[in-house]
Amino acid sequence: MEVNKKIVAGIDAGSTTVKVTLYDGTRMESWLGLAGWNPRAEATALLQQAVVNWGTDLDGLAYVIGTGYGRVNLPFVSKSMTEITCHAKGGSFLYPGVGTVIDIGGQDAKAIRVDGNGKVTDFIMNDKCAAGTGRFIQVIANALGLDVVGMLQLELLPGEEVCTINSMCTVFAESEVIGLLNQGHSRQAIMAGIYQSIASRIIAMAATICPEAPVVFTGGVSQNVCLCAALENKLNMPVIVPDKAVFAGAIGAALYAWDEVTK
Amino acid sequence: MSDPVTLLKKAKEAGKKVVGFYCVFAPQELILAAGALGFSLCATKEEPIADGEKSLPRNFCPLIKSSYGFAVTDKCPYFLYSDLIVGETTCDGKKKMFELMSDFKPVHVMKLPQSYLDDNDKAYWLSEVEKLKTVLETTLDAKITEEGLVQAIRILNEERLLMQELAGLMKADPVPVTGQDLLKLMWGRNFVFDRAQFAEQMKEMISDVKEIIASGKGAFPKGAKRVIVTGVPTGVGAEKVLKIIEDCGAAVVYIENCAGMKQFVTLVDESKPPMEAIAEKYLNTPCSCMSPNPRRMEYLGQLVEDYRADGVVDIVWQGCHTYNVESRIVKDFLKKNSKTQFLHIETDYSQGDAEQIKTRVQAFLEMMN
Repeated sequence: MEVNKKIVAGIDAGSTTVKVTLYDGTRMESWLGLAGWNPRAEATALLQQAVVNWGTDLDGLAYVIGTGYGRVNLPFVSKSMTEITCHAKGGSFLYPGVGTVIDIGGQDAKAIRVDGNGKVTDFIMNDKCAAGTGRFIQVIANALGLDVVGMLQLELLPGEEVCTINSMCTVFAESEVIGLLNQGHSRQAIMAGIYQSIASRIIAMAATICPEAPVVFTGGVSQNVCLCAALENKLNMPVIVPDKAVFAGAIGAALYAWDEVTK
Repeated sequence: MSDPVTLLKKAKEAGKKVVGFYCVFAPQELILAAGALGFSLCATKEEPIADGEKSLPRNFCPLIKSSYGFAVTDKCPYFLYSDLIVGETTCDGKKKMFELMSDFKPVHVMKLPQSYLDDNDKAYWLSEVEKLKTVLETTLDAKITEEGLVQAIRILNEERLLMQELAGLMKADPVPVTGQDLLKLMWGRNFVFDRAQFAEQMKEMISDVKEIIASGKGAFPKGAKRVIVTGVPTGVGAEKVLKIIEDCGAAVVYIENCAGMKQFVTLVDESKPPMEAIAEKYLNTPCSCMSPNPRRMEYLGQLVEDYRADGVVDIVWQGCHTYNVESRIVKDFLKKNSKTQFLHIETDYSQGDAEQIKTRVQAFLEMMN
């Protein structure tokens, strides 16, 4: 155990997954687990696993910041911060000089303008509906009999036209997709249409904050290369997905925790 | 104090007439000068919305659905005992709602012009105020005299000055009372039976708040973030966002909307002929139904300075198109003319989105650090 070094943690308890990042000023490591039905217990278990892997214990943590939906219900945290502030900080750590962070998680989507220090200058978040979030993609993929991997393996046939999806309500879109399937449209054409419609919605939402390049895409949905391509296309700007983009919130929380112990 | 139903019954038995209204455009001086009691009617609770939705589209704003739900089920005693309802055409939803309402209640709708800037709009609005005078006289069997108007102007101007004084005390740091308590203090004015008594109560409250300031105590620690709330009316029952802001540790130092100070910031000019002066004051209301609405921007700019606001939260009910669109104008104006942070929140009376709003508000406060 490194006794002389302070270790801090960031926990991002999202609606679908829990992320933990440990940091000591130089070394940084992150872990991911499913939130399940008991995010508090899952977060605790993941944090315990993280400290063991790191080579310390819970008492060895100098400061812990919780973020994400579950932030209000986490044990061990010294303080909680919003995922908006943490994703901005994490995004700017993963890609220094970032102008805009687009974070799409399990049940919400955000576009955040960031200054040179990773500080939020403006943000917009989707309203209480699930349109344009991970949950939306999940429901549609489910209707198409696809899993996360299968969804990304679909490819349009040469000359195949993308379906137009009009409904943005998750429930209505599911009905629309079932209708399209019954009309004989292919899964790849429908899924491509879904990406187009999500990207349009995200870009329309982000327009309020006047997105500025470079744009970094974080959160669980950033791993979907098809949606990322659709976003780039609609935004007409490169959309960067750094390694560890999924951990941006936890990394941001860990960095703010580090600020707390070093200030 | 007796409950409103008993007070209303007694007043009616004593021969008093009652006029209900919904909006700060309704010229209250005329009601007072007609010798009637004027009340602002219930429209800020979630409970009657389901009844409102039996007749109105679900995607209407919660305020219209709530007011109609209260009215149609007789759950608002002030509505029940009203001899006349004064409506106004502040939006398409409301004006059509009043058509439905007129099936079961005497309703007079004042037709607003689209702007407060043009002379012909001002002249037109004066004719609407004159029409209301005739309607009140006929319906209530009363005579509105010039002398009665002058007196009513004086009484209500004094109340406005008291409200201004109370609101001004929120400039202090630490903030003496919470924004939610301030709202309750101002809300009391919607249901006044005895205006002289009300003015006395106001004076007592002001001196209580002054004592809090003098003691150095406050509802929040010194240096707490200071937030101005603007947008749609957030009356008692619909103060969800105010509560979230204050639960997150920031003080709501000013409520600019119609549930707050909007109706109190300008007086009726006592040096002008009463009807003209009344028409002028009410038309100057910086409501988003006016196009354009530069007065709201000028006024917000001044408030941000006077109240040293760290942020402005613009609250918009779902379905309120004018406030929703105007939010962009407010955001751009504040960005250009101040260093304050801006947050737009679109919501309704339900609690379903409270957690999401909390996240936005917390992030907004974190931006100020």
